[in-house]
Amino acid sequence: MTRPLVRPPRKNPIVRTRMPTLPPAGRSRVALGLTAAAARGRFELQVCRDCGTVQYPPRESCCSCLSRRLDWRPQDGTGDLLSETTLWHSNELFYRERVPWRLGMVRLDCGPVVVAHLHGDCDAAPSRVRVRAALDRAGQAALIALPEKDAPNMADDRQLREMTCNPKFRKVLITDAKTPLGQAMVETIVAADADLVWAGYSEPWKKTHGFDRLTALPQVSLLPLDLTNSRAVKDAAGEIGGRVDILINTADYHRNYGIAARNGLEAARAEMDVNYFGLLRLAQEFAPAMRGRGADGQSSAVAWVNLLSIFALSNFPPHGTYSASKAAALSLAQCLRAELSPAGVRVINVFPGPIDDEWNQLIPPPKIAPARLASDIVEALRGGAEDIYPGDIAQEWLARWRDNPKTLERELAAATR
Amino acid sequence: MSRAGYDDVVVTAPVTLSYVRYSIHGAHWFLAGALAELLQRAGLGKGEIDGLCVSSFTLAPDTAVGLTQHLGLTLRWLDHIPMGGASGILALRRAARAVQCGDADAVACVAGDTNHTDSFRLNLATFSEFARDAVYPYGSGGANTSFAFLTAHYIRSYGAAREDFGKLCIAQRANAVKFPHALIRKPLTLDDYLTARLIAEPLRLFDCVMPCAGADAFLVLRRGKAEALGLSYARILSTIERHNAFRDDPIQYRGGWALDRDELYGQAGVGPQDIDVLATYDDYPVISLMQMEDLGFCDKGEGPDFVRRNTFTVNGSFPVNTSGGQLSVGQAGAAGGFLGLVEVIRQLTGQALGGAVADPRVGLVSGFGMINYDRGLCSGAAILAASGGPA
Repeated sequence: MTRPLVRPPRKNPIVRTRMPTLPPAGRSRVALGLTAAAARGRFELQVCRDCGTVQYPPRESCCSCLSRRLDWRPQDGTGDLLSETTLWHSNELFYRERVPWRLGMVRLDCGPVVVAHLHGDCDAAPSRVRVRAALDRAGQAALIALPEKDAPNMADDRQLREMTCNPKFRKVLITDAKTPLGQAMVETIVAADADLVWAGYSEPWKKTHGFDRLTALPQVSLLPLDLTNSRAVKDAAGEIGGRVDILINTADYHRNYGIAARNGLEAARAEMDVNYFGLLRLAQEFAPAMRGRGADGQSSAVAWVNLLSIFALSNFPPHGTYSASKAAALSLAQCLRAELSPAGVRVINVFPGPIDDEWNQLIPPPKIAPARLASDIVEALRGGAEDIYPGDIAQEWLARWRDNPKTLERELAAATR
Repeated sequence: MSRAGYDDVVVTAPVTLSYVRYSIHGAHWFLAGALAELLQRAGLGKGEIDGLCVSSFTLAPDTAVGLTQHLGLTLRWLDHIPMGGASGILALRRAARAVQCGDADAVACVAGDTNHTDSFRLNLATFSEFARDAVYPYGSGGANTSFAFLTAHYIRSYGAAREDFGKLCIAQRANAVKFPHALIRKPLTLDDYLTARLIAEPLRLFDCVMPCAGADAFLVLRRGKAEALGLSYARILSTIERHNAFRDDPIQYRGGWALDRDELYGQAGVGPQDIDVLATYDDYPVISLMQMEDLGFCDKGEGPDFVRRNTFTVNGSFPVNTSGGQLSVGQAGAAGGFLGLVEVIRQLTGQALGGAVADPRVGLVSGFGMINYDRGLCSGAAILAASGGPA
């Protein structure tokens, strides 16, 4: 059984902070199909469209019938652990710093044999296991075999924790804690055993219902933070930037306009100032310190979460300028992901459907409740994905977009008529 | 259609360069050194070689053809065999047919690699597409990981004890003590073996080959020519090769030898009981036991018992890897696929550099190569006879 994590002692300021190292990141293009699925939290393998063979490692053609018509399809990952080893030596720095490291060879019930990281709670071979795909610290998909049934403290397994961003005993900044989502985020992350939560707020003269309640939580510290003010962001980073393990950017400015419905740039500029430039200001001030703390012990800097919108994928004309600001933020988040990846810090992009709040009043249900969105974000941190699409509308739009983005564009355009 | 025999094609001029742990030279340096020694031993000039077969992992960006210009050779037959531990057997097979059919008169087979302080890691990281995509990112243990899986499975399936693997390693070390080119010549005790540091459970340090730099070579030509040159030679009784055998086995417990051994012995006209000296591919001891089983020296799963019943030193009941094998001489990249073959040629031609097996008439050499993903893909074997041995 996994021993539960203990709260780490205060950091010794004399000891050097180790530089981040990564597991090998090289993959062939075809193998990135595994990463593309794992990025969405799925375990998919290539399945031959002609003969149905499931295969691994990824190939350019079917190993059974030579067909090149291969589809990535979800797999349940159950299988038999055939053999195992524990490495005490590795050729790469990342693992040299982490041995002993347990590995298994698993024959999946769907056919192929895989090499996988082996969770500490798996019984010795031969035994039954479940294989999952998750992104490792290099941001590439890796397979991990878990015990057939959940075990207590499973998430605290040392190897599994290298593939997740679990908030347990970590320090978390929530950039805007005043909104309904921000408040729910604070409460959910506290319930997830975060060590310390900085609750960012701006415009203190505007009272928000419920915000005072957060201050009663012992883990919470209030932090003045206005993402439209470069100086304020720099000051906040100067104060706490070296301690943030997880940054959750919940700041969001949302108005309901397309182009023709409103003259002038004020609303669009305000959206861009929070949703796009706000992210850029945060990234410039907070990312460098997080990059330096990717290997800072048990509670290293580990994740950066962006609240985007399903509208970032394809413009929703009734919220046209807002969609554009989220699309800009998505593009910038991809840049941030590339820049944080050498440190092993994961950028998680959240694409919710319409949140059940004031600015989505006219959108029919099912809209996502702030508390549900907050718990989906914590689940993402505990899992191995980097792109999540919470809510039924987001899931449906994602399916339509993946099926054919041009069709979705036409369908969304029809909403303006 | 049955395989044709090799008529009067023979193999001679066995060369092993002294191995070194690390080198500042390139692979070409080692290959040139082995070729020069081969020519000197054979009494041939560079222009009298008309065929070349090359194996190397560290020759890139060159291939065998680049080597012709690098070494100033004009050839009418050229081959490049990137198949690691099987490359010696495969070079012998191809060269022998070329000579037999008259495509070449004298084929030099050369394998060698250099080893810089970081070249082993770089080679592992990009060894194959499957290794890069699906093995190396998992702990980056290289072949240690794969053989740890196979060894753990073998132990569980057939009741092998660590002492069984140890007995073979210790015997090979005893052989290496007398072999001047071996890198590791300190006698090994069972206690040393059992308590060495863990590498990849159940493997410990002395279960694993040491990467190094070096080269090996041999020469294939017709008997008449060898005799005219005054060279002692070994005859080729039969050879086999197989790739990706038993591909549906979920984990490797047998290799292609098990498919082809009847033909191997049938064509040679000898059986396992006639083998006086054996060279297995021995990057890890488990694979030597697998070869003994699959080549019919004992039944599947009886490897541990076979080890307990025999002794493997040069003067033992069943001499194996008489130069010390890779486990003691070192693994000089692709030369590891040549080491056993050149040693058996030396034994059969009375040219042993270390301990000599008493009057060996027939030797068997086995090759195993290329852990592409979860198992070795290439297997091969050759039965050679001393010039006075069976026809």
